[in-house]
Amino acid sequence: MATFFQQLVNGLTLGSIYALVALGYTMVYGIMELINFAHGDMVMVGALVTLSLTHVLAGLGVPLALALPLSLLGAMAVCMALGWLIERVAYRPLRRAPRLAPLITAIGLSMVIEQVAALLWGRGYLTFSLPVSRVWNLGGVVVTPIQTGVLGLSLLLMWGLLWLVRKTSLGRAMRATAQNPEVARLMGVDTDQVISMTFVLGSALAAVAGLMVVAYYGIGNYTMGFMLGLKAFTAAVLGGIGSLAGAMWGGLLLGVVEALGAGYIGDVTGGLFGSNYKDVFAFLVLIGVLIFHPQGLLGGRAGEKV
Amino acid sequence: MDEYPLLVAERIGKHFGGLRALQGVSLSLGEKTITGLIGPNGAGKTTFFNVLTGIYKPDEGTVHFAGAPLPSGKPHRVAERGIARTFQNIRLFSQMTVLENVMVGRHLRTRAGLLGALFKTAGTLREEQAIRDRAFQLLEFVGIAAHATRVAATLSYGDQRRLEIARALATDPRLLALDEPAAGMNAMERKRLGGLLEQIRNMGTAVLLIEHDVRWVMGLCDRITVLDHGERIAEGTPREVQTDLRVIEAYLGTSRSVTA
Repeated sequence: MATFFQQLVNGLTLGSIYALVALGYTMVYGIMELINFAHGDMVMVGALVTLSLTHVLAGLGVPLALALPLSLLGAMAVCMALGWLIERVAYRPLRRAPRLAPLITAIGLSMVIEQVAALLWGRGYLTFSLPVSRVWNLGGVVVTPIQTGVLGLSLLLMWGLLWLVRKTSLGRAMRATAQNPEVARLMGVDTDQVISMTFVLGSALAAVAGLMVVAYYGIGNYTMGFMLGLKAFTAAVLGGIGSLAGAMWGGLLLGVVEALGAGYIGDVTGGLFGSNYKDVFAFLVLIGVLIFHPQGLLGGRAGEKV
Repeated sequence: MDEYPLLVAERIGKHFGGLRALQGVSLSLGEKTITGLIGPNGAGKTTFFNVLTGIYKPDEGTVHFAGAPLPSGKPHRVAERGIARTFQNIRLFSQMTVLENVMVGRHLRTRAGLLGALFKTAGTLREEQAIRDRAFQLLEFVGIAAHATRVAATLSYGDQRRLEIARALATDPRLLALDEPAAGMNAMERKRLGGLLEQIRNMGTAVLLIEHDVRWVMGLCDRITVLDHGERIAEGTPREVQTDLRVIEAYLGTSRSVTA
């Protein structure tokens, strides 16, 4: 039973990161029906910028408690600027193009971002270790401060985003744009600006997710956004693409499924497959959802779409 | 009656491929007036609205509003300048609540940016409350405040039309353009709508409306412009237009074919 709860904790941690990234996919899809496949790489950019800035600040003698939040803010600023730029330069000119064009553009962008990152940071693995050795042992279930930090910050950000979308003027403008962009414009909503803001918000969340990934795994690399992006996309589809709450539940659920799968696959298959097959579960879920319930868990439900 | 015209559209032309939807159409209207735009189906009325609100760029002609040219092809800038509209086929944000629909209309009169929203500054919270109060006030004005928290799609047809008017009014327009606001309404509802539009005019917002019910329009409007086949065939007071031979022909066919 300890394995179960341990994997549940691990899965929720991982899942909350997926959820943050999935929100970026689902917001952009909700508002302009575009799958922004470069979004996963935004997480990588956020991770590597945070990592580099922390090293630089630590080298200057800034204490970690200050260096880490400063680095995160720096990474968020970089990602927000990059997200804004990508929308402006790559997607906006394709607003009226057939849907395949922006999709291919997204894949191309993903490659460009990865290769530029490889030039800047090299192709090796960069390490990142936070000096937190303390762990809590709750009846055989080990919980680390990083895990609680990841989970807590994710929940806070998700709550903040829901509040923004449901209760603010910008959020209403986003929902109006998602439901009917032409009418939104006629009612005075600058939909171009709303779309820009959507990319900026999603990119900021991706930057935070980037910090979480390097803090949790302790390493970063220019390709780290690819698999993460695919899984977050799976989470968004699982929850119902376009639905904010769906992205959150989808992310958490996918993280738990993956962790439990990885925890038990060895036992179930008599050691034939190990936990290195954990990535399989996400894609089994994706295939399953697409075949049996393509609208996802919360897809198509009124009011949630952004 | 008015010192200067609020809207001056001059010789507007718009064609789609070979189809001439509008040809040399001029229309001007003053503040505190209700102007009717009538004509048979396909006369170009809705096309004219789309030019006016920036959805279409006119191929010929200019539109001046409150003394300055209107930006074409940028509907949100037109809304900012003070023209708001409703639609022939109702187009609400159907999954949002009634109140939220109206609050969207306040967006362009809102200052708060992303940072203000994120940090919940006192100014942002105050502004949000002001938006809410104003939206509620407008719902009361059009008479559907009781339904404020309902999802817009669940309203009755007539109430949805009223909601569209409230949403348009939320942008603080100087000109309210209504595309067949009375469509599908019975005589009783039409009468109430007419009263509402007169109130809007008297409060200082000009009204331009497309309508098919000629008798209703004649009783309501200060001036009327008649379009047929994309051209303006008459303009004047209801009485002048009513007796215009070209108008009678457009609606009834040529006098010869009527008598024949």
